[in-house]
Amino acid sequence: MKLTAPTTLTLLFMFFVTTSVYGSADEQNYSMQEVVNGIFYHQGVHQDPNEKNIGAIANVGFIIGKDCVAVIDSGGSYAEGLLLRQAITQQTEVPICYVINTHVHPDHTFGNAAFKDDKPEYIGHEKLPAAMQSRQDYFGRVFKETLGAAFTGTEFISPSRTVKINEPITIDLGERLITLTAYTTSHTDHDLTVFDQQSKTLWTGDLLFIDRIPVIDGSILGWITLTTQFQTMDLSAVIPGHGPATDNWQQAFLNQLRYLSILRDEIRVIIAELGTIEEASETVGLQEQEQWELYDNYHRRNVTASFVELEWE
Amino acid sequence: MFSRIFNLIIASVILSSFTVTAHAETPKEPMWPILKEIHFEGKAIREDANDLLVIEAPKRAEDAAIVPISVKSLVPQTADKYITNIHIIIDNNPEPYSANFHLSPDLGLIDISTRMRVDQYTFVRAIAEMNDGSLHMVSRFVKASGGCSAPAGKDAAAALARLGKMQIRMRKPTVGEPVQAQVIVSHPNYNGLQFDQQSRLYIDAHYIKSINISYNDKTLIEADTGISVSEDPSIRFTFTPESSGVLKADVKDSKDQSFSLQKNI
Repeated sequence: MKLTAPTTLTLLFMFFVTTSVYGSADEQNYSMQEVVNGIFYHQGVHQDPNEKNIGAIANVGFIIGKDCVAVIDSGGSYAEGLLLRQAITQQTEVPICYVINTHVHPDHTFGNAAFKDDKPEYIGHEKLPAAMQSRQDYFGRVFKETLGAAFTGTEFISPSRTVKINEPITIDLGERLITLTAYTTSHTDHDLTVFDQQSKTLWTGDLLFIDRIPVIDGSILGWITLTTQFQTMDLSAVIPGHGPATDNWQQAFLNQLRYLSILRDEIRVIIAELGTIEEASETVGLQEQEQWELYDNYHRRNVTASFVELEWE
Repeated sequence: MFSRIFNLIIASVILSSFTVTAHAETPKEPMWPILKEIHFEGKAIREDANDLLVIEAPKRAEDAAIVPISVKSLVPQTADKYITNIHIIIDNNPEPYSANFHLSPDLGLIDISTRMRVDQYTFVRAIAEMNDGSLHMVSRFVKASGGCSAPAGKDAAAALARLGKMQIRMRKPTVGEPVQAQVIVSHPNYNGLQFDQQSRLYIDAHYIKSINISYNDKTLIEADTGISVSEDPSIRFTFTPESSGVLKADVKDSKDQSFSLQKNI
């Protein structure tokens, strides 16, 4: 079992609403959970993206204000974007004014085109446009195969408004203020969080993974620093990029910190002994295998990425 | 070798006439017959030369941007019979001809590792060219990485900030004993597919063209490299210092910038 003991919100806190939407793409239920009044998310499955799961592997959702809805991450395919949009229209008639992408990864951005008719402002980190440009050929080629029919309609839509590092912006959704913060390199070099001031709920994007193994696509050292900082925040609940929303978020950050710290410490030893990436891949962090879903799919990759970063300490 | 890029462009045009989606998805047509013509001009290549060479690569490219690849020889270099070059070809990369290692007969057993970008399912090939001109090949199939891994770098700003910084890493050597050493140079190795947010333009390809590793002014390995090589290029190799001296690495990039570092042994 995972160390994240309470993987669901306490009953007091949580208030499952749900809406079952039948997916046109795969006929699966597309369920939304309401974390706190007006904040809904769909929890992604702990799988790699494929045609059957339509890439719906990350947490995506929305915040409803009096005047505006903000979408936070749009889904892992155009097909998922459509399901998310449908779920929104079932909850409210308030217009969708903003689509916020927490970072570039396909499971968080591929649904963007489903909201085009709403003419929203697309918002992301100041480095998101560059990240999207440099990856879109590759992502387009790979995910067209990975997602099959679910990919049809998917477009790369870059933010029309960006948030600078260390200069958070606050958006008024109508009697509801949300604060968007951009960070230095961590999970990626362009991570963004969304904080609902009223409920003290933080959407971390992939700055926090629960149950599913964290994936390093930025800087292990940066991510360790940031994970430590998050622990001191005053929050009621956290919606991670993957895994269930939780009010026991401090434990969740601790679990992530433990995994990243083990990687860092054990790789440092191997580098000091002039070991190789291959040696590190075979020996580092094996004790974490039982703690994370999809460990076999991503752990070696994390070791590889961390190794080449730590060589330059 | 990179003067052959022109030939490659011609070949790509020819190729694209019958494999329209050559780079659109996992290629269905094998690239190797064409690559062989371009780079080896019809010469015979002995395949599965497992008695001479061993190539190691992960079965799956865990991180598309950093795939460790190593080549070892099973027959020691001698003055009479030695490997002059090892060519690395990654069939389905944007630029398949990925590196050419020119090797000294003084190296003893060849043991070279580097890190490559691997875009998609592909064969990775090492072709040894002997001093008699004969060619011998070993290959491995590497599956593409899944998920969000991309060959683009993780933090372009950080890579650029330390451009040209170098390291020579090795254990304390003993004269007459083989020792492993690693040369790393920090460089974004832009492949020309990356985008600059400030200028709104694609960044020109800017990559390391050559890495020359010498001991007491005698070249051990000279590597011609291109855009298949990972950010922060690394070459790990084994050599035997026959006396105390200076191990030196000279690096040149595609904008004619030079970097070098040496270490006294």
